[in-house]
Amino acid sequence: MSIEVRKNSQISQDSDYILRPDNEEKVSQIIKDLYKKNLPTEIIGSNSKSFIGNKLQCAKILDLSKLSGIVEYLPEELYIKVKACTPIANIEEVLKKNNQQLSFEPIDFGYISSSKSNKGTAAGCLSCNFSGSRRFKSGSVRDHVLGFRGVNGKGDTIKSGGTVVKNVTGYDLSKLITGSFGTLIALTEITFKVLPTKDSSSTLVIHEDSKEEIAKLFNNIQSSSNEISGSVFVPIEPNNKKYIQNREKIFSFNDLKNEGPFLAVRMEGSKKSIDERIRDLTIELNLKNKKKSLLDVHQSLLFWERINNLEIFSNTQNSLVRIVIPPFKCIDLMKYLNRDYKYYIDWCGSLFWIEIPDMNEEKLLNIKDYIIRLGGYLTVIKNSTPLNDIFTINETRLHISKKIKESFDPKGIFNPGKMYRSV
Amino acid sequence: MSELALPKVDQSIILNKDKIVSKLKRIIKLENVLDHNDEIKPYETDALSAYKQKPLAVVLPENTQEVSKILKYCNEEKIKIIPRGAGTGLSGGALPLQDAILLSLGKFNKILEIDFDNKCVVAQPGVTNLSITHAVQHKGFYYAPDPSSQLACSIGGNVAENSGGIHSLKYGTTTNNILGTELVLMDGTICRLGGKTLDQEGYDLLGLICGSEGLLGVITEVTVKILKKPQTVRAVLIGFPTIEDGGNCVSEIISSGIVPSGMEIMDKALIEATDNFCKAGYPRDAEALMIVELDGTNSEVDELINKVSDIAKKNNSTSIRISKNEKERLAFWAGRKAAFPACGAMAPDYYCMDGTIPRGKLSEVLKEIKRLSKKYNLPVANAFHAGDGNLHPLIMFDANNKEELRKTEEFGAEILKYCVKAGGVLTGEHGVGIEKRELMCEMFNDNDIQQQLKIKKSLDTKNLLNPGKVYPILRKCAEEGRVHVHRGEEKFPDLPRF
Repeated sequence: MSIEVRKNSQISQDSDYILRPDNEEKVSQIIKDLYKKNLPTEIIGSNSKSFIGNKLQCAKILDLSKLSGIVEYLPEELYIKVKACTPIANIEEVLKKNNQQLSFEPIDFGYISSSKSNKGTAAGCLSCNFSGSRRFKSGSVRDHVLGFRGVNGKGDTIKSGGTVVKNVTGYDLSKLITGSFGTLIALTEITFKVLPTKDSSSTLVIHEDSKEEIAKLFNNIQSSSNEISGSVFVPIEPNNKKYIQNREKIFSFNDLKNEGPFLAVRMEGSKKSIDERIRDLTIELNLKNKKKSLLDVHQSLLFWERINNLEIFSNTQNSLVRIVIPPFKCIDLMKYLNRDYKYYIDWCGSLFWIEIPDMNEEKLLNIKDYIIRLGGYLTVIKNSTPLNDIFTINETRLHISKKIKESFDPKGIFNPGKMYRSV
Repeated sequence: MSELALPKVDQSIILNKDKIVSKLKRIIKLENVLDHNDEIKPYETDALSAYKQKPLAVVLPENTQEVSKILKYCNEEKIKIIPRGAGTGLSGGALPLQDAILLSLGKFNKILEIDFDNKCVVAQPGVTNLSITHAVQHKGFYYAPDPSSQLACSIGGNVAENSGGIHSLKYGTTTNNILGTELVLMDGTICRLGGKTLDQEGYDLLGLICGSEGLLGVITEVTVKILKKPQTVRAVLIGFPTIEDGGNCVSEIISSGIVPSGMEIMDKALIEATDNFCKAGYPRDAEALMIVELDGTNSEVDELINKVSDIAKKNNSTSIRISKNEKERLAFWAGRKAAFPACGAMAPDYYCMDGTIPRGKLSEVLKEIKRLSKKYNLPVANAFHAGDGNLHPLIMFDANNKEELRKTEEFGAEILKYCVKAGGVLTGEHGVGIEKRELMCEMFNDNDIQQQLKIKKSLDTKNLLNPGKVYPILRKCAEEGRVHVHRGEEKFPDLPRF
């Protein structure tokens, strides 16, 4: 049942089913009450990513969407402080006016859930820690959270970090809560590090199909000092009715000359520097005899937007998994996937987004076993059928995670079981 | 120095020393347990050498299993453990306790794997920071975080302190540059966090461990990311008639969209001190001196240098020099890197502070430091990692004069408090340790500290791992020690500190 449906169906039964505080103090009061009454609670923002993680059955919903708005933005100090559920779109709009950005490129999950943009809120973005194509160069969400305020499972308001980058005062809780799927704290305020947007960008597209060659290119790109800020490989879609064939439409650009599989490389900076780097990279990667296309700044921006919007998977009814592996293992995973799956590779060989039709427990376990053998991890982002263990964890880390969870949320009332059944 | 409160001594542990030592000698090799006074003396302090305390014994395990067995035994017997890397920390994080076993990672000194394919190095924690770069530089790679003590400080210690360096504005600190660790918890549990992949799934335990100052676990292996060296690195040396002009120039460079790899400011006192000390050739008429380092591709660096020069001129710069070659670039840095010893040469003692402030508050905070310098009648020189707001005021004094020592401590505490008031933090890169422990409540309230203590308790139930560090013992904002160097008798006099 979707949250919206649940909201509607429960309102008549329990007018307090959904709690919508509009300030931190009220969040604290509500949680103190939930703690006292031991009521499992689902924490939500704008619901843009609520389909990720295990399904919850909670006594209450704590809707933090009213905590929205920019608290402080100092461009020259490279930070923006926002209320937890400020829409990412609003933040990006404000930053854009000052030629700044969230450098980790927030992923837009709207297209796979509702075929339209919905980047969700700051807190949702932080809670999932899913970063876009620039991650392998600029770091992920966790590397851009300077500080936060929030309320723990007992109702105590806590803060950590600050507004400065260099800070070793106490444990770095900003990292710990990033990617915790709302199981540790109800966030009320977040400070992000922001960075300047580069003057221009271009994308060099190399038309290549050989898996060995792709792996070699990824490896050489990572070894390049030409400051590459994005590198993806988009294979052709399997010729299979189980997949929506939308690749061609999404990657239709005037200057994209070939319809086959391609590896794209983004360079950002001044126009002059980009031109120089493209020339240099062509020699460095030995691209002279390869088919290539070059996307100018307008096409380049749109290209990476579509990549980070996961638009290639728009409207899919299949399951979608996200896999991160050591980059040099990408050749193994490409061979494993063969042409049976629709996927693309980001982060210069490290990140695979894979669409899997007819998903079942056995299939998931087989893939996960293989990924663990490669030294990576897998997260089921969207499941077409109910599944167990949609995250990857081992016994020792689970044991530690339980202890950490207890230290924040002793009665386990926040998003219980969202990540792991026992956390 | 002020009297330092330490956790209550467990007399039963002291009384049982022989039994404990003999048990430890059965857990690890006999020769790796040190318990004679002469043997343990080198471990009585770290680089915050004002505080000294001999531990009950020192153990030097050789592998993770041994670490695990030692911790498990100590946990069962309620014996405190102080982990120690190279002992170069400036905040007293490795200060022993008389009823504690000091666990040195000194024998964990091997690089285990150089993986150019996955752009990482797997190292034991005792490996020095610089030797990682040395191991990969033949292929044009390096490890980015570069604390000033990188010649001697260990990578395990870097993880424990989340060490930064001059280039952290562009390349981040340790936490942004490690991929994985192996860790032993106080109960002996061996745990792997991360690996060779970017990010982790689930709770970011790697992020929690990084900067936890040895309170949550003992690091026994680290996997670090290596980067390709930039094509070009050049530096610009800029003089300003006022500190405000220098501060404004920093803000304008950042606002214009430039992220230099390093950006340093020195005040007049330090310009003179360093120029006297090492003849750096700095413009002595300047009130503030800035070094801006830019890296990247050739044309990009050229363009950025032009932009930086234009911004400097707009902000009333009195001199601009651009490095023409590597030798000149290093010469620009020579004075800045000699800042600490230069102060050591000017006064019998100096205290080094380590606050971080918003960049735009530089002139405000320096004005306040100037005011305090007059109030306490003590000279101060200021070095500033301007790019990331990390300020290192160096207060010069004579520790033999008790009144002057007391005033210096008060002066130091006032500076840090002002850093917090200005929107900054107590420590940018030296860690809290025992040094700033009692000032934590300047930044955090009881709820904040309680949450952190709960995390500590969840992983170290009996509070045995590095107790008495980071979190206040007195539970009030006392004014305690800073980095205190007496007559140049620094713990590591040969290590550059900047």
